[in-house]
Amino acid sequence: MITTSHFLVLSAILFTTGVVGVLVKRNPIVIFMCVELMLNAANLSFIALGRHFGQVNGQMYVIFALAVAAAEVSVGLGIIVAIFRAKETINVDEINLMKS
Amino acid sequence: MVTVIAFWVLAILSVVASIAMVVTKNPVRSALALVGTFLCVAALYILLSAQFIAAVQVIVYAGAIMVLFLFVIMLLNLGSPGALRERGSLQPVIATGMGICFLIALLLSGSLIKLRLPAGARPEVYEPLGTVRGIGINLFDPKQPWLFPFEATSILLLVAVVGAIIMAKRKV
Repeated sequence: MITTSHFLVLSAILFTTGVVGVLVKRNPIVIFMCVELMLNAANLSFIALGRHFGQVNGQMYVIFALAVAAAEVSVGLGIIVAIFRAKETINVDEINLMKS
Repeated sequence: MVTVIAFWVLAILSVVASIAMVVTKNPVRSALALVGTFLCVAALYILLSAQFIAAVQVIVYAGAIMVLFLFVIMLLNLGSPGALRERGSLQPVIATGMGICFLIALLLSGSLIKLRLPAGARPEVYEPLGTVRGIGINLFDPKQPWLFPFEATSILLLVAVVGAIIMAKRKV
């Protein structure tokens, strides 16, 4: 039988994969994808716990998280395009605009 | 029984696709692996009786956001995937080890909490929790706290559109 704990463990595994991706990858676009994966894992645990308690409120949080994720991706990819125009590279090891 | 098989197949597929996203060097391939993960998670939402969220997940995440990602990957045209090759360092090994420690900590902290079922709730039973009707009634109910965040989301999306245009334009 599939319980809520199964979904929570799956969510934890997906979240950890996203964390490792953020730490490992050098390409900021792929880092953004890993952040999206982490958001998705959080959404999954929201929905699983919402159903566990028989409420629809967990799904409400997911709707707003979706809207925020869409806004974040559009602005973040705009920033990446702007950085690529200015520096001709997007390797996160070579971008140190804030280092004095 | 169908639910159990569907859960395990979808869970294994989503974990494999997410690991493939992290492991592969080519950004386009990792984007496609991420689309696979999103589709598996959408199917898991249906198992959790969240049909509307599953449809929104496919349309917004697997549709709109990933198309945006692919457009930016094609636009920047980073050349060969080896252009961003990691210099030989211990960073991936250390990151993976710390990730495994993080996962163990998450699971341990989760196992300390005893999830108690409220009276009357039966999570194994299918219920029309997340249909469009259920979501809409809850979202637009003045007695619920969701109406103001819903309106604030529209301003957030407007600001995001303006910000994306300003960031991506050559001269403002």
